[in-house]
Amino acid sequence: MRTIIHLLQKEFIQIFRNRFMLPIIFVMPIVQMVVLVFAATLEMKNIEMIVVDKDLSEVSRRMTAKFGGSPFFNVKSFTFSIEEAEDFLRANEADIVLHIPRGFEKDLMRENQAKVQLLIDAVNATTAGLSNAYASNVLRDFNEQIIIENFGPVSQGMERVNIRYSFWYNPDLNYKIYMLPGILVILVTLIGMMLTALNLVREKELGTAEQINVTPIRKYQFIIGKLLPFWVIALFELSFGLLVGKILFHLPMEGSIALLFLFASLYLLVALSIGLFLSVISNSQIQVMFLMFFFFITFVLMAGIFTPAESMPDWAIRVNTINPLAYFIRVIRMILLKGSGFADISGEFFALGLYATVMMSLATWRYRKAA
Amino acid sequence: MNKETAVIRVRDLVKKFGKFTANDKLCFDVYEGEIFGFLGANGAGKTTALRILCGLSLPTSGEISVAGLDLYSNRERIKKRIGYMSQKFSLYEDLKVYENIRLYAGIYGLSRKEIKQRTDELLETLELEAVRNKRIAELPLGWRQKLAFSVAIIHRPRIVFLDEPTGGVDPITRRQFWDMIYQASRDGITVFVTTHYMDEAEYCDRVCIMEAGRIDAIGTPTELMEEYKAENMDEVFIRIAR
Repeated sequence: MRTIIHLLQKEFIQIFRNRFMLPIIFVMPIVQMVVLVFAATLEMKNIEMIVVDKDLSEVSRRMTAKFGGSPFFNVKSFTFSIEEAEDFLRANEADIVLHIPRGFEKDLMRENQAKVQLLIDAVNATTAGLSNAYASNVLRDFNEQIIIENFGPVSQGMERVNIRYSFWYNPDLNYKIYMLPGILVILVTLIGMMLTALNLVREKELGTAEQINVTPIRKYQFIIGKLLPFWVIALFELSFGLLVGKILFHLPMEGSIALLFLFASLYLLVALSIGLFLSVISNSQIQVMFLMFFFFITFVLMAGIFTPAESMPDWAIRVNTINPLAYFIRVIRMILLKGSGFADISGEFFALGLYATVMMSLATWRYRKAA
Repeated sequence: MNKETAVIRVRDLVKKFGKFTANDKLCFDVYEGEIFGFLGANGAGKTTALRILCGLSLPTSGEISVAGLDLYSNRERIKKRIGYMSQKFSLYEDLKVYENIRLYAGIYGLSRKEIKQRTDELLETLELEAVRNKRIAELPLGWRQKLAFSVAIIHRPRIVFLDEPTGGVDPITRRQFWDMIYQASRDGITVFVTTHYMDEAEYCDRVCIMEAGRIDAIGTPTELMEEYKAENMDEVFIRIAR
């Protein structure tokens, strides 16, 4: 026990004596949260639209006005030529083209149906999908309006279906409070994993690791001495991030913060042990950085921070069972936004408990005092 | 020196890295309290053998006992009884002098009182009290080497292993460093030292000359000089190398 205290004392002195450490701990999270939360949003506004109105009728004009009035669309210009509109798309100056063919109003009145065409720039499939959904909504609304005007209120005899949306847990569909917990997870993981991974390898490079290896220190003491300081720092980072989120973005905290920290403690054991394991098997800081980034980026992209993890293919969902970030992202959102309790996250909790045990044993086992 | 008790006993030590044999059937004893020099050119296998004896590297085969304990079954217990100072600089540069001493003394299980007492003693002997609160990075290389040696024996081990301890140090500091080695030896610590400076070989009680993974000669410097009809150890080494 006294050995561990001596090791911890040494690590903390070294950490706080390092001039880069305080900026990393305090400035990085604020910058990342402020910049990323605003930048990494899926909310779409100002979809640039080109209108090709070949009908020039009253109905077509009203349809165009309907798009213009939507907060999502910005009617950029009008033209009569499809080719010209396509040029806008090609030049990246427009996102979507609304093409109303000649005879649109006539068809609508005579045959009760008419067609419009939407051309969407789908280089980014996600934004294209969203544009399409928004546009379809506008068209559906418009359609309903026309029906009511022409056939009178449908009310007589026919029940009118009125869909009213109510978004639970995030009533305003505020992307920021959805992204914020995710970004916090990335931040805490990056700092914790990175500092742990670099620390041991640095000692190997300097030669001090060897000096430690000729002492009668026990492997578990060494591993605890290397994990605990960064575990404390990462947990502190999480509190700091939550505070910043609360102040800057009014991040809701529906569930128990104690539960969140309990889960985070477990999660960080996993993340940090992975970092430690990578540094145990590496010989230089460059090696460990490459390994770290490989795992970190894979984990982040699969974790469901930016894209819903549930819509990934089955094999990817299975891979995600070893992605600690996926667990924490899910749980932090559940606790903060939904107010989930222990019963709701117990599955994730025990899975990470098992994971932490495995990773720590692996790191301890693979750490060799003799080569 | 007590010729009766061998604190290190090595029989047929072999260490292979793949197909390369770094140590080829080494046999030697190191006696209690002596200064034992391990000599040889770079790459002769000195450091490999020393690292095995310290438990930093695993032997391929051979019978080895260190400080009275079998190396295979007691590697961690042996570590309590030995000290080690490597070619690479082994103190933490970003820690202060007293913090380094406290750390290593603490790891070896010394009590708070012992740590304080030995720190004071050590700094007094080295006349380094003035730099107690300085970081290692601020000290000149010679001071660091001396400090590293003192820290390596802070727990009063039975044997101290020194791997080319005087590399890159000026002649005066080297002389002072050897004074420290003598002092340790007088205090009853067996010294196992590797070097490629032949003049240092003459400071040792016994030397062992290695070449290409094998031991070519072993004995006191005087014996070897007689055997090879040489004026000094430098000549002995050159005759053997031929």
